[in-house]
Amino acid sequence: MYKSLADAIADAEARGITLSKLALETEARDQGRPVEEIRDALRRALHVMQGAVDRGMEGDLFSASGLVGGDAAKMRTGPDGPLAGTPFRDVLARALAVQEVNAAMGVIVAAPTAGGAGVLPAVLTGLAAAKGISEDHVVDALATAGLIGAVVAERASLSGAEGGCQAETGAAAGMAAGAATEMLGGTPSQVGHATALAQQGTLGLVCDPLGGLVELPCVFRNATGAAIALAAIEMAMAGVTFAIPVDEVIDTMGEIGKNMDVRYRETAGGGLAATPTGRRLAKERLYDIKRRA
Amino acid sequence: MVSLLDIIGPVMVGPSSSHTAGACRLGLLARCLVGDTPDRALLELHGSFARTGEGHGTDKALVGGLMGFRPDDERLRTALEIMEAEGLDYRFEKTTLNEDSHPNTVRITVERGDRKSVMVGSSLGAGRVLVTEIDGYPVNVTGNLHTIVLVAEDVKGSVARIATILSDADLNIATLRLSRKERGGDAFMVFEVDEKPSEAVRDQIRGLSWVKWAFRLDKVSA
Repeated sequence: MYKSLADAIADAEARGITLSKLALETEARDQGRPVEEIRDALRRALHVMQGAVDRGMEGDLFSASGLVGGDAAKMRTGPDGPLAGTPFRDVLARALAVQEVNAAMGVIVAAPTAGGAGVLPAVLTGLAAAKGISEDHVVDALATAGLIGAVVAERASLSGAEGGCQAETGAAAGMAAGAATEMLGGTPSQVGHATALAQQGTLGLVCDPLGGLVELPCVFRNATGAAIALAAIEMAMAGVTFAIPVDEVIDTMGEIGKNMDVRYRETAGGGLAATPTGRRLAKERLYDIKRRA
Repeated sequence: MVSLLDIIGPVMVGPSSSHTAGACRLGLLARCLVGDTPDRALLELHGSFARTGEGHGTDKALVGGLMGFRPDDERLRTALEIMEAEGLDYRFEKTTLNEDSHPNTVRITVERGDRKSVMVGSSLGAGRVLVTEIDGYPVNVTGNLHTIVLVAEDVKGSVARIATILSDADLNIATLRLSRKERGGDAFMVFEVDEKPSEAVRDQIRGLSWVKWAFRLDKVSA
């Protein structure tokens, strides 16, 4: 797979093909498998993603600690805000839904990780529903998301323990922004700008879950990650460009991750996890789950 | 090389690829040491596994793996109840293994009938795992492919003999790692093969006079 998004964009544009087609062909060659087999695997992943969205929307799932759950349903049935009735609100609900399913030990697709699993399905299935986009096009978009994620894995990291949340929900936002931009008809170059715009908006984001568990703030950070992806898509589709090339933005994420204090890398030693309330909740509701049960 | 399907995947039961999916895979590998669901097991959790394991479902995932559930099996959520209903005697303890052990490490002792084995394995992140010790011998098993791991006396032609057994069984060797501590000491061999070896193949290898022990471990990655 490609190690540079700039190289992939140049190759796709030279051949006049989409990044998804390029990604599928490259994967087929790397793995010695036919393109259709890879598309089938991505289609199965998409079905699991859609299943998690639907399951989470029901609103009856809660995490082991009871700290998260039920908020996706609130976004559907709760009072209107300024964005009620727009795809924006629906995407937020979907991101919460998938991550609530994850926290409740339901089935999700780790894309790129379990902790950041809400962003990509929310943005892709939400915008596909709003714009009437076919399943085949969403499957293609997943290939583009995979290409972007592979580049991030090579150049930076996809692990909160290594790079903070910018490497999980941040990378997911970059993947979702680029993938959706292609799905909505953007050029490979616009995909690159969308990815850069989303990733730059999450630079420095720490991984600070209460008690080290994938619950709080992870569920909400998937929703805000999806919001950043939507902002990036809207800008890139309007022709907004980002002056720092996308590969350099990804490199920056990796560099910030390397220099991030260990307290902010999934250890529950800093950030929200170390606030007075964070510590109290972790002690009362996370470490003593068995005693409460 | 990074694959698209590593990024868009695996399909798994949440909430954590390292604490849940990886733990399940370690359980699946430990199960292979006794060939089926163990009757008894002791699971000694180290580091982050011990500290945050309950909230991440690490206990359920390990037990589910021992019972043969894969990382995407929804029964993982109720694995502890299923274990009790099946009358399986699995116990958890918190422990501190070596200082340099990976933070997500477990030592699993499995028993079935008169067979008993001990495995140490770690969950490395993103669902990837590494078995580092079996019955006191240092090994290096990832579960990315079907694996035959064995300890043999350091005799000439041993690799060729095993390779012949695998080839006669129509098994293609993907990777081979060979090591020994000293000349004439025990030789460790880890054969990764593309297809699942039968029990007969394992037994044939065990039957060689210079093989001290041999195990067959399943592919547990997606």
